[in-house]
Amino acid sequence: MTTTRPAPADASASDTAATDTAATNTAATDTKRYVRPYGDTSGDGMVQTSFTLPVPHGPRAEGAALLLAAKMGMEPAMVVHSHAIGPDFTFFVVYGSVRHIIDLTEVEVVEREYPLLPPSEVNTVIKRALRRKMVVVGACIGTDAHTVGIDAILNIKGFAGEKGLEYYRELRVVNLGAQVSVPDLVKRARAEKADAVLVSQVVTQRDAHILNTQEMSAAFREAMGGRRPLLIAGGPRFDPRMAGDLGVDRVFSRGTTPGEVASYLVHAINQRKEQPA
Amino acid sequence: MPLLDLDPAVVATARRLAAKAAAPVVEIARSHTTVSVERATLRLAGITGADSTHRAGDVPWVNRVVDTVAEHCGLQDGVCGPVFHALAEHDLGSLTELAEATAAGQVTFRVPTGKDATRADKAARAAVAKGLRTVDRNRAQRDKLVAKLGDPPRRPWIYLIVATGDIDEDVVQAANAARAGADIIAVIRSTGQSLLDYVPEGATHHGFAGTYATQENFRIMRAAMDEVSREVGRYVRVTNYASGLCMPEIAVLAGLQRLDMMLNDSMYGILFRDINPIRTFVDQRFSRQVHARAGIIINTGEDNYLTTADAVDAAHTVTVSQLLNEHFAHEAGLPDELLGLGHAFEINPKVPESFRLELAHALLARELFPDAPLKWMPPTKHMTGDVFNGYLLDGFFNLAGALTGQSILLVGMMTEAVVTPFLSDRDLALANVRYVLDAAGGLAEDFRPAPDGLIVKRAHQVLGEAVDLLGRIVDDGLLTAIASGTFGLMKRPPDQGRGVAGVVAKADGYRNPATDLLDEGATK
Repeated sequence: MTTTRPAPADASASDTAATDTAATNTAATDTKRYVRPYGDTSGDGMVQTSFTLPVPHGPRAEGAALLLAAKMGMEPAMVVHSHAIGPDFTFFVVYGSVRHIIDLTEVEVVEREYPLLPPSEVNTVIKRALRRKMVVVGACIGTDAHTVGIDAILNIKGFAGEKGLEYYRELRVVNLGAQVSVPDLVKRARAEKADAVLVSQVVTQRDAHILNTQEMSAAFREAMGGRRPLLIAGGPRFDPRMAGDLGVDRVFSRGTTPGEVASYLVHAINQRKEQPA
Repeated sequence: MPLLDLDPAVVATARRLAAKAAAPVVEIARSHTTVSVERATLRLAGITGADSTHRAGDVPWVNRVVDTVAEHCGLQDGVCGPVFHALAEHDLGSLTELAEATAAGQVTFRVPTGKDATRADKAARAAVAKGLRTVDRNRAQRDKLVAKLGDPPRRPWIYLIVATGDIDEDVVQAANAARAGADIIAVIRSTGQSLLDYVPEGATHHGFAGTYATQENFRIMRAAMDEVSREVGRYVRVTNYASGLCMPEIAVLAGLQRLDMMLNDSMYGILFRDINPIRTFVDQRFSRQVHARAGIIINTGEDNYLTTADAVDAAHTVTVSQLLNEHFAHEAGLPDELLGLGHAFEINPKVPESFRLELAHALLARELFPDAPLKWMPPTKHMTGDVFNGYLLDGFFNLAGALTGQSILLVGMMTEAVVTPFLSDRDLALANVRYVLDAAGGLAEDFRPAPDGLIVKRAHQVLGEAVDLLGRIVDDGLLTAIASGTFGLMKRPPDQGRGVAGVVAKADGYRNPATDLLDEGATK
């Protein structure tokens, strides 16, 4: 069997212009400004996607899939595979070239605003700044029972080859586990004299993660005002740009490692020392 | 044929230690009752429905009655005496009428004595026996349907989850899944239902990440799957969750609506839902007695430990929990063939020889519990969102299941930890299972791990560590072990946790016709 390969997309006039600009730009700054997906040749724009349509399997379904692909900006597109799922649905795998071009200067991300430190240095900074152990309280709040995230950050076992916060000599970690109510969290944070509170939220049905986190930050503001601990929210569906809306100091998203959190903690503690509340 | 050459003396020691560790907890379970055990008893006696006029929303009648009895005269003597005495005293026709009168504040409950007590006992036993006869009839009906339509053509049975939040959508997805090859349909419950101290009523359409377990939802799903069973020519089993604060009641509802399997772990609620340990052990004993009577296969939750603890370091805690679950189940009357002990494929794929280690752990479970329908759970912890890699990992999971003779295979989804599975994800996942079972279903016949190889050595090591840990649990006490974070790294002290207020020590005069009938195996 031979594999068919799509011909590189015919770039439209405007695309060509953009690509030319990209080339000039690359030459000038040595970093690419305009990019397209890369299949196996620069600028080919190749992507793959899969989806299901509520249409019985057959030529009509394939036509519908190609039409959808075109509307998604894939042109030309190829249905490389389709099969029926029951009598009413068809599943497709589609390859094709997208006409879109990304201007990297338009990309907005939260860049890490602090340096990554190894555990020994984190310990040294805490010792110098606080002259005591830093207290970190962690919990999954609301009905969320998914402790995987908070445990990956806190448990000594850690995540992605990095040891969790329990491993840091100068951190005292209190992991309250799953389904902690907000009042309990505030009470425990106060009793433990927490410097930082880490809250993990995985379940996102009806925006539960956002509502729960807002409830939590409001409760801390109300109970402790400016003397509240650092508030940190984490979870796979959080956007780091949401910190302000959530009323927390920092938001960590998918793939965050314990080392990043520890480095942030010492950075934030130092900042707090510089501008006391 | 055994492949691991486990020392029968070590296996016997493990079982002896598990029995010894469990003994004090069984004693606690026998000497206490809970609000949920009492409610379950009244549900068997026929109480249904909810108070829809209550300002807190629908409150099941059974909750109104049990709460009021607790308030008036306590639950230490059991709820049946006061309830059936009040029924006679007020000359009411049904428990629902009594509940209405209770809600209207017309009933004062007291513990009956003398002739009143004898009369109440008799009436309660007759009512509960009627409920149990329904459970018995359902069991006979299941046997009849299995005999007529047949069991799945091969092992492992294929277990698939639906979780739309709307029972009507669940039925559509479940029917499609069964047509595509699923042998068992599990309806995931709405997030947080385990922490509700009541069972919602009626058909429900608005769950969070799952659908509420209610008697009506159970009925709807079982009826729909009976229809699909006839269509596909095999009996499609239905699963739900007898766990959380209402474990005993949900077990009863499952028996009344002919569900076939129920998730029912002895420690899961304690560890992962922070439910009070005593409450859990009391509730699980009653619910397991009901499951035994109903012929329902229980599924235990050992896989969960490995989602919080490391699957290599904590492998022996799975074995320990399986042995404890086995003992608690046997003690409650469940035979091996209803004992779906759980375990999972959760070793970090970056660990060298991870697949061989998985085979060692899976084979150990298989050989320790040769007659139990083991439930084999797919990877979740190391599913990263790289769906392509996830699909490969699920293929290896399926192969391990086929190779080590697992009985129930929960189908892994490549979208685990990403989104609730698409229709196509489920279809691809079933294709993965079918391919592996078609290509290598009989490979177990040729599979002989080297006697001094890694797999055999690892299995021996895990069993040895399990025996050591059981020894420590016997010395410290199981409740202390749970309090100190032995399982799943969760620390749960026995005097804390949710639902602790619903635990009551039985008085000398405690009566419960359900436990009597279940203990005796009687029908009247």
